[in-house]
Amino acid sequence: MTMTDTFAIELIDIDKRFGAVHANNKVCLQVKQGNIHGIVGENGAGKSTLMSILYGFYQADAGQIKVLGQSHTFTDSHQAIAAGIGMVHQHFMLVENFTVLENVILGSEGGALLANGMAAARKELTRLADVYGLKVDLDATIDSLPVGLQQRVEILKALYKGAKILILDEPTGVLTPQETEELFRIFDALKQQGVTIMLITHKLREIISVTDQVSVMRAGQMVAHRDTCDTSREELAKLMVGRKVLLQVNKKAANVRAPLMKVKRLCVADDQGVMRLNDVSFELRAGEVLGVAGVSGNGQTQLLEALSGIINMTSGSVEVLGFTMDAKNPITPDKMRQIGLAHVPEDRHRMGLITHFSASESALLGYHTDPKINSGIWLNKNRVEDNCKALMSAFDVRPADPHLKSANFSGGNQQKLILAREMERNPDVLLIGQPTRGVDIGAIEFIHQRIIDMRDAGKAVLLVSVELDEIMSVSDRIIVLCDGQITGRIDASDADEKTLGMMMANALDPIDPLKTMDDQLASTQQASAQENQV
Amino acid sequence: MSDVFLTVLLTLDATFRVSTPLIIAAMAGLFAERAGVVDIGLEGKMLAAAFAAASVSAVVGSPWAGLGVAMLVSCGLAMLHGFATITHRGDQVVSGIAINILVAGLSVILGLAWFHQGGLTPALDNDSRFLSITLPFVDQLAFIPVLGPLYKELISGHNILVYLAFAIVPIVWWVVYRTRFGLRLRAVGENPTAVDTAGLSVVKLRYKALLIGGVLCGIAGTYIAIAHNAQFTRDMTAGQGYIALAALIFGKWRPLTVMLACLLFGFLDALAVRLQGVALPGIGEIPVQVIEATPYLLTVILLAGFIGRATPPKASGIAYVKER
Amino acid sequence: MNRDTRIAWINRLLLPLLNIITAFAVTAVVFWLIDVNPIEAAQVLLYGAFGYEEGIGYTIYYATNFIFTGLAVAVAFHAGLFNIGGEGQAYLGGLGAGLAILLLDPSLSAWVFIPASIIGALFFGGLWALIPAYLQAYRGSHIVITTIMFNFLAASLMVYIMVHVLRETGQMTPQSELFPTNAWMPFVHDVAAGFGYSIEASPLNMSVLLALVCAVLVWFFLWHTRWGYAIRATGKNGSAAVYSGIKPKRIIIVAMCISGALAGLVSVNELVGYQHRLIMDFHLGYGFGGIAVALMGRKHPIGIIMAAVLFGILYQGGAELAFEMSNISRDIVVVMQGLVILFCGALEYMYRPWLIRTLAPVKQAAASQEVATEVGA
Repeated sequence: MTMTDTFAIELIDIDKRFGAVHANNKVCLQVKQGNIHGIVGENGAGKSTLMSILYGFYQADAGQIKVLGQSHTFTDSHQAIAAGIGMVHQHFMLVENFTVLENVILGSEGGALLANGMAAARKELTRLADVYGLKVDLDATIDSLPVGLQQRVEILKALYKGAKILILDEPTGVLTPQETEELFRIFDALKQQGVTIMLITHKLREIISVTDQVSVMRAGQMVAHRDTCDTSREELAKLMVGRKVLLQVNKKAANVRAPLMKVKRLCVADDQGVMRLNDVSFELRAGEVLGVAGVSGNGQTQLLEALSGIINMTSGSVEVLGFTMDAKNPITPDKMRQIGLAHVPEDRHRMGLITHFSASESALLGYHTDPKINSGIWLNKNRVEDNCKALMSAFDVRPADPHLKSANFSGGNQQKLILAREMERNPDVLLIGQPTRGVDIGAIEFIHQRIIDMRDAGKAVLLVSVELDEIMSVSDRIIVLCDGQITGRIDASDADEKTLGMMMANALDPIDPLKTMDDQLASTQQASAQENQV
Repeated sequence: MSDVFLTVLLTLDATFRVSTPLIIAAMAGLFAERAGVVDIGLEGKMLAAAFAAASVSAVVGSPWAGLGVAMLVSCGLAMLHGFATITHRGDQVVSGIAINILVAGLSVILGLAWFHQGGLTPALDNDSRFLSITLPFVDQLAFIPVLGPLYKELISGHNILVYLAFAIVPIVWWVVYRTRFGLRLRAVGENPTAVDTAGLSVVKLRYKALLIGGVLCGIAGTYIAIAHNAQFTRDMTAGQGYIALAALIFGKWRPLTVMLACLLFGFLDALAVRLQGVALPGIGEIPVQVIEATPYLLTVILLAGFIGRATPPKASGIAYVKER
Repeated sequence: MNRDTRIAWINRLLLPLLNIITAFAVTAVVFWLIDVNPIEAAQVLLYGAFGYEEGIGYTIYYATNFIFTGLAVAVAFHAGLFNIGGEGQAYLGGLGAGLAILLLDPSLSAWVFIPASIIGALFFGGLWALIPAYLQAYRGSHIVITTIMFNFLAASLMVYIMVHVLRETGQMTPQSELFPTNAWMPFVHDVAAGFGYSIEASPLNMSVLLALVCAVLVWFFLWHTRWGYAIRATGKNGSAAVYSGIKPKRIIIVAMCISGALAGLVSVNELVGYQHRLIMDFHLGYGFGGIAVALMGRKHPIGIIMAAVLFGILYQGGAELAFEMSNISRDIVVVMQGLVILFCGALEYMYRPWLIRTLAPVKQAAASQEVATEVGA
């Protein structure tokens, strides 16, 4: 058996349920040693569950795991680590007030006392850093490091524990394109040293540019395996969603009128005093959708929350619907609603609704003081229910039961309930964050259409989304946020992914990692597809 | 002059005696909270230990047997706390309160049924207690000014558990900051998911931390019942578990500063006793209640951020759930 | 019955019931440990609580205290706050009620005295909760720790005031002088006599009516007003509440003040209704008992009234038990409270996984069918 024929990982008929959800349904996967193997799928397709099973974090209900030809049953991560598997989680697993060194040795300290183990670890880490180009200050505390370096610590941690197979779960979600490029360079170094890499992502571009093989998951099942050189983004996208994606939204030309919101030199600092929004200025006009693009975590959350009055700004001013808000004169979220500004929050579970409440009570969130629902001091239950029923029928929320607990609706229906609540009162300005996150395809089209309807009715819509396709198809104008600053402004008709990508990276100079990727893409597209059905 | 000196010495001596259970209990709380488990139940565990120590010692006649059983009982309660909050992810504060109330009732009920003395345990003779130890050379060194009396009144003449308390603190420091267990303990209180993904068991680590806390509360309770006193009386811990908790916060969850906080609170207690009915020149008589209330007041003020900030371990109070 | 309905039944009925049964079962073990026949004990207990009119009076009298503190803890719970300070707030409420009466002209009528004492109790109880609430809302200190500290501060403060300020002249016992009879909350047996019914005398007084009114008001407030909505929204999801324009700081203050004020009313029952003077430690155990009552009553006024009556039975029956059997004292109630807090609070969900597995298992076939159709679409 030659090197290339040995499988680093073999998963056979892995099955896992969480209650009624069948997260992994007889999943099979073979990963060749020394390769970079991509696994793609939509949110909730079961990728992360599968990797957590491989890493011993969850136990499969059925199925077999083989690592380097040997059968294993992992009941905890320790056994997976011992078998040579390392994992870099989407949310870093680091103790923030520990140093890099302390974080790396946690779990493999080399003896009951720290002193000796620490010294040995320091030596070994210096060596690893040299071999793989993973430079980082071992005595810095994690909370003082930027995200890109924290990820490096995670990779170092895995390598220090002897990982021969490295799983990375959505590693680029929080990175700028430069950091992403740096990460891919590290991949190359790892590959040369014989490390097998499994890359979990929903970004097809990355898959095409760095992987050797790719497997596609959909609704808990593994639906296809391809050699990367034999496939294309279009094909993978089709496999992921199961039908042709129609991301073109039907819309007529915008009829833009006077600005309803003027944001001037807006700055927002967080609790630690870090500037999350820096000198942001723009106008939002009636009859347009203004898209806000950017890698998540670049100030979008702060923008939405500052504009809706949830958090206070540090400096600057916002004129909205005839009112002016600045650091000294905040406008509270309830006042904002009264003057005609509605806000669909990015995270529906954290802010959008109260999962313990019935649908009718969640449909009241933000409007519980409305005189139409109160009779004197009494919150009128009948009117609360009628309100909810009206919203449910307007946005086709299913099941249309106001008594059902909010948690028991599907993601798409929860989102529709929130959109109904915020849109049915006809606000003049609508702030909307990640409207289609975790929402099924059918609902996505519906939601996009409603946003366009609002704009056509002469309202102003600010759309924040990390999905570039969504931004490009729904918006009329686009601004790009990077590190809390506006790094690009462009009409949607002139925008393409390449330009937006450059703006998102704040890299207006011609060194463009994405460009080279596209060249690669063009050359691989001629190759014909070859099905590898499970 | 020498009278004042002696008074100061005796007050400090009393401070050591009063601080001892606080220090041991606060160290118990330190292990629990550093591991991410809030331990309101220090009071209950100490009370249970006090009852167990006094009962066993009264029956068997050996303070060491009392100590052993006290530690077992206290560990049992710690495991109950773990079962509720770690295994079943129940509310840590509710569980702690439950233990405190349960023990407050049970110690009296069992005492009454077993000893028929209205809820007290029999008074102990000296053989069944931990007695003061006179350190060597006390009399030989007595002639040295200042240091002689200091050695005699302050350092010598305590029971073994007092010395143990002061020995425990550096050991705790060493364990927390210099050992593998300590590293994992601190990690599990800050970010249990990181510990889990490192292949370590969050559950086991937290149980271990509670177990150590149980042993320590056992010692603290024993001290109160059969070293500092000579029998168990109803509610004899009288809020010392809560004071230890306050000291733990006041000392910002660090062993040495926590010990200093315990000594400060102990000193205030000793001072309250000494100042009872004494008129101070220029001030008059300070009401005992004012001094008694000071530890609580100080903790409230510290927690409110008026004198520095007390930031607890990030994961304390939150049950660990593997996210889906 | 489909699976969701079954789970709802498990959560709402079966689980609370099993928890209470467990608490009782463990209490029975304690009885067995101290050589008392639990069935015999239960008989004595029930006789003490219900066997004669005076006993019933005492039972309801004790239950009144538990309704107040149970409601107090529950209101805070709904705002996501754990108020352990019921003890201190009840104690300070006594100071408020006492001062209101002692500072007024003794010749005034009951129509002035009783409302004044109620307002005094509400105000002082609320005030003692306001400070921890303020510190939590605006200074970020943890309410659990602060309210614990405030229990001790209340104890010290009250000792000082009772000894140095309010002590009846010429008396050693730290207690205030007797309230004027006009200021006494009428006894139920006196009121009944006014209507021509003859009931044995007991400490039961009209405060029980106040407690029931409070229960109704709390229910109406929490579930049928916008303020109650805001409190529950904050308790369930703080960020969503902020998003909706609710100001959590204000909610913390409001909920804690209501909570403290309710706890303060214990003193109306104890002092204005029965002791008729300000005494030491009248409040002991009711604040903590309120936690057990609120948890057992599932934080709902109806449940709280039922749980309060149960603890009233135990309190009064426990006294009978101590009288009849030498091996036992009334502290058995404290044991019971501890067990209720343990099983209905900390171990609330202990049986849940098991119940769901046995009574509402996931139907494997149906679930895989669903996924299959989804994928096939």
